Amino acid sequence: MSKPKLAIYWAASCGGCDIAILDIETKILDVADFFDLALWPCAADFKYKDVRALPDKSITLTLFNGAIRSSENFEIAQLLREKSVVLCAFGSCASDGCIPGLANLTTRQDIWDYVYLKSPSVDNPQGIMPQTLCQVPEGVITIPEMWNTVRPLTQVVDVDYIIPGCPPQSDKIAEVVGAVIDILKNGKPLPPKGTVLGAGEKTCCDECQRSKDVKKITKFIRPFEIVPDPNLCLIEQGIVCCGPATRSGCGAKCVSAGVPCRGCYGKPVNVRDQGAKMVSALASVIESKDPKEIENIIAAIPDPVGTFYRFSLPESMLRRAQV
Amino acid sequence: MKSIAIDPITRLEGHGKIHLFVNDDGSLANCYFQIPELRGFEKFCQGRPVEEMCRITTRICGVCPDAHHMAAAKATDAVYGVIPPPAAIKLRRLLYNGFYAGDHTVHFYALAGPDFVCGPDAPPGERNILGVIAKVGLDAGKAVIAQRARGQRVIEIVGGKKIHPVTALPGGMAKRISKEEQEELVEIGKKMVEFAKFTIKVFDDIVLANKAYVELILSDVYAHQTYNMGLVNDRSQVDFYDGRVRVVGPDGREHCKYEPKDYLQFVAEHVEPFTYLKYPFLKKIGWKGFVDGVDSGVYKATPLARLNASEGMATPLAQAEYERFYETLTGDKSGRTPVNATLATHWARIIELMQASEATLELAKDDEITSDKIHNPPQGIVGEGVGIVEAPRGTLTHHYKTDEHGIITEANLIVGTTNNYAPITMSIKRAAEGLITKGSEITDSVINRIEMAFRAYDPCFGCATHTLAGQMPLEVIVHDAATGEVVQSASRN
Repeated sequence: MSKPKLAIYWAASCGGCDIAILDIETKILDVADFFDLALWPCAADFKYKDVRALPDKSITLTLFNGAIRSSENFEIAQLLREKSVVLCAFGSCASDGCIPGLANLTTRQDIWDYVYLKSPSVDNPQGIMPQTLCQVPEGVITIPEMWNTVRPLTQVVDVDYIIPGCPPQSDKIAEVVGAVIDILKNGKPLPPKGTVLGAGEKTCCDECQRSKDVKKITKFIRPFEIVPDPNLCLIEQGIVCCGPATRSGCGAKCVSAGVPCRGCYGKPVNVRDQGAKMVSALASVIESKDPKEIENIIAAIPDPVGTFYRFSLPESMLRRAQV
Repeated sequence: MKSIAIDPITRLEGHGKIHLFVNDDGSLANCYFQIPELRGFEKFCQGRPVEEMCRITTRICGVCPDAHHMAAAKATDAVYGVIPPPAAIKLRRLLYNGFYAGDHTVHFYALAGPDFVCGPDAPPGERNILGVIAKVGLDAGKAVIAQRARGQRVIEIVGGKKIHPVTALPGGMAKRISKEEQEELVEIGKKMVEFAKFTIKVFDDIVLANKAYVELILSDVYAHQTYNMGLVNDRSQVDFYDGRVRVVGPDGREHCKYEPKDYLQFVAEHVEPFTYLKYPFLKKIGWKGFVDGVDSGVYKATPLARLNASEGMATPLAQAEYERFYETLTGDKSGRTPVNATLATHWARIIELMQASEATLELAKDDEITSDKIHNPPQGIVGEGVGIVEAPRGTLTHHYKTDEHGIITEANLIVGTTNNYAPITMSIKRAAEGLITKGSEITDSVINRIEMAFRAYDPCFGCATHTLAGQMPLEVIVHDAATGEVVQSASRN
């Protein structure tokens, strides 16, 4: 009997998700043993036309990382949806839009104007800009159309499961892979569609070892301004930490290393919007009832949008800035 | 005229596509190497608090986030005018050297190794990491996996997280190292040095002992007379983390040696309409197109460039290998005569692997890394800063300007591989000119030999071209320019 097929793909991504899969180390051998690799551009041969030639639904599992921000990303997303029984949004870019999704605070035109015309090192007296169809002396060559808006995979095709994280932590990847092999081998039922895999049901705070005194604060400070107490909740020390608005699963690595959570595991269970959740979490720790004073305390938080939605702007209710 | 398209990565998003236009007489008319993606970090970082750049810019690249983490940390130190405590600088260097040792290992064994260990003409099915393991033995394969894991572990201990580390911040580091962690780091460092010795022996036995490979390395097809860029310490030795940027010509003459803050006097970027990536060049010489020589502003920033731009290595075993490298390739062990053979980059990379391994061990043994004093919180703000480190794939420059609250008003980034965009294009062209002639059949071996020209640079365009050699699918399609008809196509499976 032929083995089930596995596909791992990267769209607009940094490559960190693929590296995270390599970090499961020797468990990668179990994967190679159980599955036939249908495609994995970073580690194995792959021809686009070979994937096209496969019958629909012939890839058992596709782990799709990277956001959708060009005509090509979109085409591949549609193709892999057709060919896959189970399509997982793997990592923060595919599930939420991630940090590259902060590009939704600006526009393609403004990005191009800065990069090709205004940057202090650019030397472009003729104002040359990239062209999707470019006439060169010898013929015509093309580059893909860049979208104005970064979108998570979940907004462009039907997605079965989400594996969050930037990147998903390798122990969690190993767990998910082990569970999938068990399901397929023993004919167990799949989890309900839409389930978030490789993460917890609580928040980052539940995994955090720092103690909380339910102390209220009168001022916010920035992470570099103090050497924080290693044992106390960072928020109670005045540092904006996105732990309360972030799904558990990472093992609270950043807060353990002395820096605040920035939300890479996405919104927790039963929350629609990570940034809105963060606003309500911070509101509950401010020690004041005076509107003017509250306003002053909040004003000390620089860049709320870029902080509360660091990893989830394209997925959020805001999606992008109207500019 | 015929048009040949080489799509090195058949995934449709691309990250790299080569067009070769061939004249009717079989000679090469021109070559275009396109990068089909732009993410716009420089623009969307405007408005962000500058201290967050250490945590935002890691997402430019999941392969070398550590380089962005360090360049951002140094640029933000400068923005706040703060000098981290010595222990913090040692921790940053430790993280960075550990990262280098793992990263260079992956490139040598998984990407470059197959071309030499298995041979450039070996069947594609063998020309991959598994082929390397088959030739050098399974134990060696396991040693490679273990070495990679060691690099990741150093990053995890010091940086808090294996991928996208988080602990560097303006004025120092956020995570203290325990005695137990130090002991583990020392063990890792020892094993790294042993592994680097083993790698040098593999290179000796398999590459240097083979006359045909040495000739291939030195052949004209893979030679370029370009400037060389690299960070050096105050003794002009290779330094990955800090120092001044030195640029040396193909003739060995020093072009400049600049402080990071002065980079705009020396480097500018050229724009072409057929690609999203810009072409950096030496500003004082100027952009003269895709040509080499001392009158062209094209430079490379690779392991080979770093050795050429330096006068030696900073650690003893690496220095011994540096001398042997120049003695073998130029006859002058001082290194004052540059090596202009692109394929020698692979040898240079393992010399750097040795330096990174020795430095990791040396720093791990230093008891100061367990100090509690690892962060000087900034007291004021300068409002502008430049941070430069050597990423494994080239000099990495981060330049930020902020308002008085430390909010970014401008961010300019010149990223590792980008430095090498012009020389890679030229290397592809040179290899294609030498290998594709009238009436010749485009075999898998020809495709691979063209690919070898850019693989030497370990290109990481769009931070995602890390494909395994021999596994990297390539398609070459030759069109008749008059009719558009496909005359010949060759592909690797």
